Amino acid sequence: MIEVKKLVKRFGLKTVLRGVDFQVQPGEFVALLGPNGAGKTTFLRILASLSRPSLGSVDIAGYSLPKQAAAVRARLGVVSHLPLLYPDLTAEENLTFYARMYGIQNADARITEVLEMVGLEQRRKDLVRTFSRGMQQRLAIGRAVLHDPDVMLFDEPYTGLDQDASSMLDGVLQTVAGQGRTVVMTSHDLARAEDLATRFDILSRGVIAASSTREGLGKNNLLTFYKQALAG
Amino acid sequence: MAEGTLTTTHRPAKSSFWKAIAAVAWKDLAAELRSRELLSAMLVFSLLVILIFNFALELDITTRRSVTSGVLWTTFAFAGTIGLNRSMAIEKDRGCLDGLLLAPVDRSAIYFGKVISNLAFMLIVEAIVLPVYSVLYNINLFQPGLLLVILLGSIGYTAVGTLLASMAVQTRTRDVLLPILLFPVVVPILIAAVKASGGYLTNARMDEILPWLNLLIAYDVIFTAIAFMVFDYVVEE
Repeated sequence: MIEVKKLVKRFGLKTVLRGVDFQVQPGEFVALLGPNGAGKTTFLRILASLSRPSLGSVDIAGYSLPKQAAAVRARLGVVSHLPLLYPDLTAEENLTFYARMYGIQNADARITEVLEMVGLEQRRKDLVRTFSRGMQQRLAIGRAVLHDPDVMLFDEPYTGLDQDASSMLDGVLQTVAGQGRTVVMTSHDLARAEDLATRFDILSRGVIAASSTREGLGKNNLLTFYKQALAG
Repeated sequence: MAEGTLTTTHRPAKSSFWKAIAAVAWKDLAAELRSRELLSAMLVFSLLVILIFNFALELDITTRRSVTSGVLWTTFAFAGTIGLNRSMAIEKDRGCLDGLLLAPVDRSAIYFGKVISNLAFMLIVEAIVLPVYSVLYNINLFQPGLLLVILLGSIGYTAVGTLLASMAVQTRTRDVLLPILLFPVVVPILIAAVKASGGYLTNARMDEILPWLNLLIAYDVIFTAIAFMVFDYVVEE
């Protein structure tokens, strides 16, 4: 579903990604872990077609970036730590706007379906500025799945959420992933990543330093695997 | 929590180009209708400027006619900068610009949608400023020719301004950077607009006004075409 080969990204003289190779099979939930500055967000922005690779190839769902970016974007849902929502529009108006941008047919029915999925049906007429951070993040997931994407990218989705909101987001994430989607999530929260993901990739100094499936961890927990990968 | 079922289809990007333009413009207008933060800032600034000029320039009726176009376009240009800056800052501050760029549409649709909404905000401010100016300065500004010049000047100004605002918004010094980038580029539009407006206000002959009108139209077309071609590169990292 996702195939990245020898990806390099430079910002001026600074090289952030130094030849990343990364493959994800359909239906996999990959947690991309790593310290601050490892290049996780840059990597996800390239997958989301928000940033151009300096070198290397990126294919998503059979389409190549950046040449077929529009086709990739139609199959991609992105959630970041910012909600990408307009505070002066209601939840329904925000989703209506994105439904128009994605050319979704039967938008009203789909919006109702998505609002029910993220548990915000009762608040559909309320302005987003009145929502808590957790509710905004749930609506952000609703926005991202509105066009029924095959691939979901989550960039630190738990940032700024309290314990209750994080637990609720766990449920929404499991629902989204449970619908057969391919998911890539960056996170600093190893415990959450261990609960949700089926594979763990460690990005360090601009390359994938280690990769393991849940079964491949064996007796080690994710923290041990993570520390070993960074030390090596 | 209900399981979402797969009821939608992926739409080809090209088919929703016009709908995307309309969606971006609708979204900006609907949000502004609620918050009124952009329009009120532009309007307060514009009214203060013409009020200050009214007290600063105690002129006879003939001189008033000759300085009116300059005062008006100074007011519109600076008020426009406030609007353009705010319009893009709203997108950037909450990451909404990324949300727009993630949509599977030609990115020029986003540009044209923003131009339409920015133009609408500028025209609303102008529609309020003109009658106030007419009363304060005792000059009739409601002449079809003058209104056409204001429309053409505003189109050119917002076409360039929207492009440069999307460039400036990526920087930390966006509030300072936009006027520095914008004013040198829009000088031809402002000069043509001031000259053409002045021509109508002083009842100049049409053959004196026409070259400035033609220049305005030419710049509107050229700047819109350039912005259409480069917008994708401006907003992508």
